[in-house]
Amino acid sequence: MRRKSLLDRVALLGHGAIEIVTILGRSGLFLVHALLGRGGIGGGFQLLIKQLYSVGVLSLAIIVVSGIFIGMVLSLQGFNILTKYGSEQAVGQMVALTLLRELGPVVTALLFAGRAGSALTAEIGNMKSTEQLSSLEMIGVDPLKYIVAPRLWAGFISLPLLSLIFNVVGIWGGSWVAIDWLGVYEGSFWANMQNSVSFTDDVANGVIKSIVFAFVVSWIAVFQGYDCEPTSEGISRATTKTVVYSSLAVLGLDFILTALMFGDF
Amino acid sequence: MSADNAYAIELKGVTFKRGTRSIFNNVDIQIPKGKVTGIMGPSGSGKTTLLRLMGAQLRPSHGEVWVNGQNLPNLSRSDLFDARKQMGVLFQSGALFTDLDVFENVAFPLRVHTELPEEMIRDIVLLKLQAVGLRGAIELMPDELSGGMKRRVALARAIALDPQVLMYDEPFVGQDPIAMGVLVRLIRLLNDALGITSVVVSHDLAETASIADYLYVVGDGQVLGQGSPQDLMNSDNPRLRQFMTGDPDGPVPFHYPAPDYREDLLGKR
Amino acid sequence: MQNRTIETGVGLFLLAGMLALLLLALRVSGLSATPTNDTYKLYAYFDNIAGLTVRAKVSMAGVTIGKVTAIDLDRETFTGKVTMEVQKSVNNLPSDSTASILTAGLLGEKYVGISVGGDQALLKEGGTIHDTQSSLVLEDLIGKFLLNTVSKDAK
Repeated sequence: MRRKSLLDRVALLGHGAIEIVTILGRSGLFLVHALLGRGGIGGGFQLLIKQLYSVGVLSLAIIVVSGIFIGMVLSLQGFNILTKYGSEQAVGQMVALTLLRELGPVVTALLFAGRAGSALTAEIGNMKSTEQLSSLEMIGVDPLKYIVAPRLWAGFISLPLLSLIFNVVGIWGGSWVAIDWLGVYEGSFWANMQNSVSFTDDVANGVIKSIVFAFVVSWIAVFQGYDCEPTSEGISRATTKTVVYSSLAVLGLDFILTALMFGDF
Repeated sequence: MSADNAYAIELKGVTFKRGTRSIFNNVDIQIPKGKVTGIMGPSGSGKTTLLRLMGAQLRPSHGEVWVNGQNLPNLSRSDLFDARKQMGVLFQSGALFTDLDVFENVAFPLRVHTELPEEMIRDIVLLKLQAVGLRGAIELMPDELSGGMKRRVALARAIALDPQVLMYDEPFVGQDPIAMGVLVRLIRLLNDALGITSVVVSHDLAETASIADYLYVVGDGQVLGQGSPQDLMNSDNPRLRQFMTGDPDGPVPFHYPAPDYREDLLGKR
Repeated sequence: MQNRTIETGVGLFLLAGMLALLLLALRVSGLSATPTNDTYKLYAYFDNIAGLTVRAKVSMAGVTIGKVTAIDLDRETFTGKVTMEVQKSVNNLPSDSTASILTAGLLGEKYVGISVGGDQALLKEGGTIHDTQSSLVLEDLIGKFLLNTVSKDAK
């Protein structure tokens, strides 16, 4: 058995670093080719609608259910803590701010990466391994325009919308728990929330976050599918990578964006 | 344009490298018009790469690829798009588009390259499906078809635009005798009836030799031999002989490189 | 057939998203449809604005009539300069009105309460309220209480 010397390990590390840079470059070119350049969205509007359906509409179920539960849990836990300071009335604003600023965009993006992102990766990877992408090329259709671009745009449009829906059902779930179950006074729940939630600072920033996440998650998902080894093992590795890289990217970007947006006090 | 009119496809001095490894080194291949030519060789010899070079999916590092009188690597984007109308490819797995039904699959190249009205497209699709014997399957989805049927639909799609050149990538792999027989018959029929040029890449010696008019055997990044199936059978070249007769040991050795047998048995292990 | 379901589905999805945005804007963040042109600026100087934040309410008799839009330090008088935007419909505030920083509830947030004076002259755009009462700091309050108790005992 060859034992790896220290030099070998350092070489591996360097090799790995170069790999990362190469992959970044390749994925960048991939993105530019798919989004810009001639041909717009191949297959036209029809394809985009179809992708919006499979990427966005079919994710609604998990987003709505998760949103309701998270809103309810936030309300419950928040109430428990705020009671100690006699500030139960503030539970509305706590739920709303937490969801709008952080949980809405981040959790939606993570769920999206797991459900829609991995589906996209698997779909494109499968097309690659059954040579459908090659067939398209041979017929003269650019697979980057016909297959990849509609899915990218579908992701860019769907995720921010899903985040908004997540926020709304989360706040509604939270209000149901707080008002109907825990007995917080309905008037002060909503009044406190409206007073402390600013459209430009909270809602808009949350939307900006979800747009950034949409871009990153969609990009990672389609690239991993397009770039994978065209075997079943390669596809399963690619879907895992999509979920892992998307999650890391979302959480990392969230910190940076939060620091930029809210970090000036 | 210096292409000889007897050849539909010509590879001149083609070198193809992947990274630093050269898959093909200064290779010359001529595919005669109107005939069935087989390209054979051991696994990993790059046969599929040759097909992709002919289909302009890959660019050679050096050399020229002449198809139907045009040097593919030099063509502009729109010229290449037009040139594709004259090429049909049947991939190993059929490669039907899984989200479209049989009709839409066969109609796809028509919709991309022409602006024919719907009735005409329907007529052409019916024609092509009739030729491969699957007109009744017109409304099925690909996952409702058997493997052999998928390939036949893919063949119908490949001839949708009446190309001059048809390329088959490993068409005989994993087929039962009936499906095999159907495919062999179709390849020969299409070639003779439509006067097209067929290139079959395969490592199935028996089937390929039975329908090919001319054969190329490639390996080690170059052409090992060419000629009619009869000529190759009688060749003197040892590598060629091993391939044609299926001898397990020869220039391509049986044993993976290993240390001396005796030492291994008596030694440490 | 199948196309119709897809198109309706996507349409509903887009609609739901936009509805969500609207709901968040109006019900959750209290974005009101009134444009900000309907307000006029007033200033007030306080010795201590502790706890007052931008966007806090400005109210009179408990009714919200505006909000705080800026808090700065006035470097000549070393007092806190509070800028308020008050609704134009409330344009009959006497110029000797009082502005106090009050607390909503015991530990609630701070807001500015305005009580009327009796002067004939009225506050206009850019006017200043001179009579001000600073924020109540809890420690001072407790200190006062203790002092009172001590002096009572001492008697």
